[in-house]
Amino acid sequence: MSAELAEPASKVELPAHVGGGGEIPTFDITLRVRRYNPEVSEEARWDDFKLTMYGTDRVLDALHKIKWEVDGSVSFRRSCAHGVCGSDAMRINGRNRLACKTLLKDLDTSKPITVEPIKGLPVEKDLIVDMEPFFQSFREVMPFLINKGHEPTKERLQSAEDRERFDDTTKCILCAACTSSCPVFWTDGQYFGPAAIVNAHRFIFDSRDDAGDMRLEILNDKEGVWRCRTTFNCSEACPRGIQVTQAIAEVKQAILSRKI
Amino acid sequence: MTATQIPSPRSKDTSGKIAPEYRRTGSSRGNFEMLAWLFMRLSGVVLVVLIFGHLFVNLLVGEGIHAIDFGFVAGKWADPFWQFWDLAMLWLAMLHGTNGVRTIINDYAEKDSTRFWLKMVLYAATAVIIILGTLVIFTFNPCPVVDGVQLPGGFCPA
Repeated sequence: MSAELAEPASKVELPAHVGGGGEIPTFDITLRVRRYNPEVSEEARWDDFKLTMYGTDRVLDALHKIKWEVDGSVSFRRSCAHGVCGSDAMRINGRNRLACKTLLKDLDTSKPITVEPIKGLPVEKDLIVDMEPFFQSFREVMPFLINKGHEPTKERLQSAEDRERFDDTTKCILCAACTSSCPVFWTDGQYFGPAAIVNAHRFIFDSRDDAGDMRLEILNDKEGVWRCRTTFNCSEACPRGIQVTQAIAEVKQAILSRKI
Repeated sequence: MTATQIPSPRSKDTSGKIAPEYRRTGSSRGNFEMLAWLFMRLSGVVLVVLIFGHLFVNLLVGEGIHAIDFGFVAGKWADPFWQFWDLAMLWLAMLHGTNGVRTIINDYAEKDSTRFWLKMVLYAATAVIIILGTLVIFTFNPCPVVDGVQLPGGFCPA
């Protein structure tokens, strides 16, 4: 694939004062990527890549450009590349973001843009981390519908108000941006983490689910919701805009009102 | 030529499982963390009242800060109301502060043994201060008599 394809000419005739129709401004950036390859060295290092990118490009496009045209050994995860699959969460300029949802023009392009793997999970190579500890705590909250009644012949109906109660936490895409931004999770990885609590919240407050008490009991653990220090890192990191800290607070309230 | 041994990506050893430092330990149920969380909020609210009441009475009422001396403290502790006030302040502040440092140790200590010993030091210090403070509040005597001789103090009845 040719790299520098020119933008196709606009099919609409534009007056001269509008300028080049469809032309997108370009700018130069330096992408500073955290590299780690245990087959070569146990030490991680920084690699700088100087690139010319378009105003519509995202961090993921810059990573693609590096991988496809500069250094094919750069490793990172991505699947859909459109903010739905949650594969490409990484630490961009010190903040957990999806590379596919972060436009380069929104970052400070005068300085190198740092790209690191998300923190608190074991790095496998470059920007790829082992997500297993993350999914381990996710599985522990039983993120599936448990209904003790008879199985209906049709779908389980629910009022719009009942659905609204947990609407926010249904948006989670399990990218781990929240859990790996949590300073409590960084310490020893024993904390359940925001993502597991968000996904428990999604079922605890679902009127069709009957295992809310069981999930509250699981999250009343020493490493459960009470380790949350309300630093709001998770809410800030969530690429789906979930009010994660609020969801955790609601679970705390539910445990308290159930016990007292 | 020997092939380079590359450990499986999920571990420092070759078992193919999650590395031990990332493995979650089993659950530990119980309401202690919930009660500790609740205590922090409740004691915090009570402490705001106790501490600002304490500061107001000691520093602003009457002659204010210039009235504070040994006699002022002795006078306050002759009153059971202020004895109870100071006792509540001592216990709540010490337990509130200890629990706060306990959470900080839990959050920042990386090794279990470090965590354990830091907490033991913390609990020992807390116990000493709470016991000593409680003793002082209840056994305080402004006019102690040592070996039949009254110690000097202008405010004591002769």
